[in-house]
Amino acid sequence: MGKITLTSVRKSFGEVDVIPSLDLSIEDGEFVVFVGPSGCGKSTLLRLIAGLEDTTSGSISIDGQDATDLPPARRGLAMVFQSYALYPHMSVKKNIMFPLKMAGMDVAEAEAKVANAAKILNLTNYLDRKPGQLSGGQRQRVAIGRAIVREPKAFLFDEPLSNLDAALRVNMRQEISELHQTLKTTMIYVTHDQVEAMTMADKIVVLNAGRIEQVGSPLELYRSPANTFVAGFIGSPKMNLITGAEAAKHSATTIGIRPEHLDIVADGPWQGVVGLSEHLGSDTFLKVAVAGMEPITVRAGGELNLHHGDRISLAPQAGKLHRFGADGKTLA
Amino acid sequence: MATAHSRTAARLMVSPAVILLFLWMIVPLGMTVYFSFLRYNLLTPGTSFAGLDNYYYFLTNAAFWDALVNTITLVVGVLLITVFGGIGLALLLDQPMWGQGIVRVMVIAPFFVMPTVSALVWKNMFMNPVNGMFAHIAKALGFAPYDFLAHAPLLSIIVIVAWAWLPFSTLILLTALQSLDREQQEAAEMDGASTLSRFWYLTVPHLTRSITVVILIQTIFLLSVFAEILVTTNGGPGTASTNIPYLVYAQSLLSFDVGGGSAGGIVAVILANIVAFFLMRMIGKNLDA
Amino acid sequence: MARKITQTRKTTVTVIAWIIGFLIFFPILWTILMSFKSEGDAIKAPLAMLTSHWTLESYGEVQERSNYLRFFMNSVVISLGSTILALVIAIPAAWSMAFVPGRRTKDLLMWMLSTKMMPAVGVLVPMYLMFRDFGLLDTRTGLVVVLTLINLPIVVWMLYTYFKEIPGEILEAARMDGANLRSEILYVLTPMAVPGIASTMLLNIILAWNEAFWTLQLTTSDAAPLTQFIASYSSPEGLFYAKLSAASTMAIAPILILGWFSQKQLVRGLTFGAVK
Ligand SMILES: Nc1ncnc2c1ncn2[C@@H]1O[C@H](COP(=O)(O)OP(=O)(O)OP(=O)(O)O)[C@@H](O)[C@H]1O
Ligand SMILES: [Mg+2]
Repeated sequence: MGKITLTSVRKSFGEVDVIPSLDLSIEDGEFVVFVGPSGCGKSTLLRLIAGLEDTTSGSISIDGQDATDLPPARRGLAMVFQSYALYPHMSVKKNIMFPLKMAGMDVAEAEAKVANAAKILNLTNYLDRKPGQLSGGQRQRVAIGRAIVREPKAFLFDEPLSNLDAALRVNMRQEISELHQTLKTTMIYVTHDQVEAMTMADKIVVLNAGRIEQVGSPLELYRSPANTFVAGFIGSPKMNLITGAEAAKHSATTIGIRPEHLDIVADGPWQGVVGLSEHLGSDTFLKVAVAGMEPITVRAGGELNLHHGDRISLAPQAGKLHRFGADGKTLA
Repeated sequence: MATAHSRTAARLMVSPAVILLFLWMIVPLGMTVYFSFLRYNLLTPGTSFAGLDNYYYFLTNAAFWDALVNTITLVVGVLLITVFGGIGLALLLDQPMWGQGIVRVMVIAPFFVMPTVSALVWKNMFMNPVNGMFAHIAKALGFAPYDFLAHAPLLSIIVIVAWAWLPFSTLILLTALQSLDREQQEAAEMDGASTLSRFWYLTVPHLTRSITVVILIQTIFLLSVFAEILVTTNGGPGTASTNIPYLVYAQSLLSFDVGGGSAGGIVAVILANIVAFFLMRMIGKNLDA
Repeated sequence: MARKITQTRKTTVTVIAWIIGFLIFFPILWTILMSFKSEGDAIKAPLAMLTSHWTLESYGEVQERSNYLRFFMNSVVISLGSTILALVIAIPAAWSMAFVPGRRTKDLLMWMLSTKMMPAVGVLVPMYLMFRDFGLLDTRTGLVVVLTLINLPIVVWMLYTYFKEIPGEILEAARMDGANLRSEILYVLTPMAVPGIASTMLLNIILAWNEAFWTLQLTTSDAAPLTQFIASYSSPEGLFYAKLSAASTMAIAPILILGWFSQKQLVRGLTFGAVK
C-alpha cells in the first residue's frame, strides 16, 4: 500500500512562503513525477512527504493514517538522494543492510534480502566494496538497493540521475521504470528533465513557485496543457507562444503551437525568414522570424535543405492550436 | 534540514555542554565576585565586608600596571614571533627537500613538551649564567656570560613560550599552504604574476583564515601563561616578569589574601573578556564566511 | 606545466630546513643526551660533556626519589579520562550545532570559546575551596572534571568544524532508513568522523597531559601527574642537571612518542576549519 494525500500543505522558511498551499493525492502504485523550474519547491515538497521537513500547516496522510507529525523513520518511506548519500565507511552490503539492522531484523533474514536485492541490481560482485570504489551508476544502484530492501510504502527519488552521464541516465531510467513494474510500489520522482518526466511517469505534477500548475498523465499535459506555463514547460523543443494581433485573430491573448505541429507549405498563413537551423540528423529545428510575431521554432524533417536567409511559409496543423486567455489559462 | 523533532533533539544534545560550561563559568565566578567584596585572609580568622577596598588596592598597586603591561607584551611578543616565524617555517617546509618527514618531526616536537619541563630546561640548561649552554658559548667566544633571566626576564620568558608555540602555528599554516589551489597559482603564473605578487595576492589572503585561528587559540593560552613564570623567575626580579595570572596567584596563594586575590581575579576576567570581545568579532567575521 | 626543480635549490632548502629543524629540536635533544650523564659531567662545557661516558645512574636516582610510575599512571588516567568525558559531552553538542544550526549557533560557539578565555586564576580560590569541601582535592576525579571543562570548548569547536564537512544528506538517509538519533550518531556520524575525532582526541590528550595550572594547584601527591613530578625539580638544590634531564625526559617521552607516531592524524585536525 502506498497512498499519499497532502491536504492544504503549506511550507515557509522564515518569511518566505516556499509552498503557499497545496493539495495532492497520490494513488497506490503510481509513478508520480514532480517537474518544475529550479527553486520551485520540488525538493521541499518531497522532503515534506519524507518527514525531513515539518509542514508549516496542513496535513499529510499515508495510507489513510495521519503522518504529519511522524518522524521520517516511522513513515515507512524510502528515499534515494541526488548525492546517493551512501555511508562511506560501510561496505555495499552493510549499506544495503543498514535499514534492516535499524528495523532489528534477524541477520540471516537480512542477508537473504540483501543478496536478493543485489541480484536484482547486479551488485552481487561488489558487495564487499566500499562506496568510494564504485562508479556513479553502481553507487546509484546501491542507493536504490538500500531503498528496496525495506519494502517501503513508497519510494522518493530526488533527481537521482542528475549526476550521471547521458548514456548511463538512459540505462538507469529504464532500470527504475522496470523496477516500478516489478515492485508495483508507489514512486515519487523529482526531476527537471523533460524526457525523464514524459517517459517514466504515470502522472506528472507540474510545479511553479510552490503551486501545482497541472496534474495529469504525460499525454494529457502534452495534448491539453492547462495554461501557458505548462504549455511552455512540457514538450521539447518548447511550444511556440504567440501574442499580439495574431492571437487576437483567434480571440485569445496568447496562442500556442508546438514546433512539430507546424508544416512548411507553399502558401501558408505565416511568412518568415529562416534564422538558425539545427540539423540533428533525424530532425531539423528551424528558428523562423515571422513579421509581427515572436521567433517561431519549427520541427522539420531530417534531411531538409534550408539555410539562413531562406524564405518559407508555415501553416499550423488543424486542431493543434492552443488558445490562452489573459490569465494564461487555456480557453475552452 | 530541521524538523521540530530534530530541533528539540538538538537542544537536548547541546544542553549538557552548555549547562556544564555555564556552571563552570558562573559558580566559581560568583564566588570570586563574592569574595572580592570581603576582607578575607586565610591567616586571620573571620571575614568582613570590605566594599570596593580590595579592588581599590589591587588597581592602585603599581604591580598591577606592570603586570598588565607585561601580560600584553608577552601575548603580543609571542604572537609576533610565532605568526611570522610560523609563516616562514611553513613556506620553508612546503618546499621540496630531502628528509621532510624528519624535519617535520623535529619542528613539531616542542609542542609536546609540558610548560614546566620546557621552562626548567631553558632556565637551567640554556640560560643559566654559569653552566648553561649560552654561558658556555659566550665564554668560548670570549664574552662575559649574560644572565638572561635576571636581566631580561620577560624577553626570556617570551622566547621560551614562543619556542613551545611555534610548532602549533607552523603546522596550521603549513596545512593551509598545502591546501592552496595549485591551478590558481599556475593560472596566475600564466597571467604573468611574479612570485612575490602571487605570494601577496594569492597566498596571503588564503592564509588569513588560518592566521586568525592561530591568533585566537594562542591568545587563549597565552593570556594564562603561568607555569613558565612560576618555574623560571617567580615573577621577578621585582615585578619585571609578573603577568596578571601570576600576580593574582601571588596575591591569593602566596600572601593568603583571598579577598584581594579575588578582586584581582575579577579584574583579570574583565580584561580577558575585553580581549575576547574584540578577538571573537575578528574571528567571527573571518570564519564561517 | 612541467616544473624543473634544480638540484641546487633543493639542496639549499634541505640544508636550511635541517639546520632550523635541528635548532628547534635541540633543547629536547640536549636534555635527552644530558640525562645519560653523571651529574659531574652534565655541567661540563658542551663538547666535554658529549665525550664523557654514558650512564643510566640519573634515572636510578630520579626513580629513587619519587616513584615515576605513580605519576605516569595519574597522567594517563587524567588525560585519557578527561578526553573521553569531553568527547562524550561534545559529540552530541557538535552534532546539534553542525546539523541543526540556528541563528544563535555561531554565538553559542563563540561563547563557549570565550569561557576558555576566563583566566584560571580568577576562579582559583573558590575552586580550591570547593574542591576542599567536596573532598576532591588531590583526587583524579576532581582533575578529570576540571580538565574536561577547560578543554570542552576546544573539543566542541574542532568536532564542529569536522562535522560541518559531512554532508547532511547522509544523516538524512540514515533517518529515512529508520535510524533513531542514537543510531544515527553512533553508527553513521561517529564512524564517518573518525579521523576528526581521532585528531581531536590526540590534541586533547596532549593539552591535558601538559596542563600545568590546575594539576599543580589541585594535587599534592595521590593524584599528582607528571607536571607535579617535574615541578619538584624547580627549586635548585645544588647541581642536578643530569637528574633534571632524566626526570624531564621521563615526563615528556610518552607524549612525545605518541605525538610523533600520530603526527598525521593530529595535523589533519589542527586546522579548526580554517582550511577549506
Ligand atoms: N532550508 C531552507 N531555508 C530557506 N530557504 C530554503 C531552504 N530550503 C529551500 N529553500 C528555498 O525554497 C525554495 C525551493 O527550494 P527547493 O530545493 O525545494 O527547490 P527545487 O525545486 O528542488 O530546485 P532544484 O531543481 O534546483 O533542486 C528555494 O527558493 C530555496 O531557496
Ligand atoms: Mg531540488
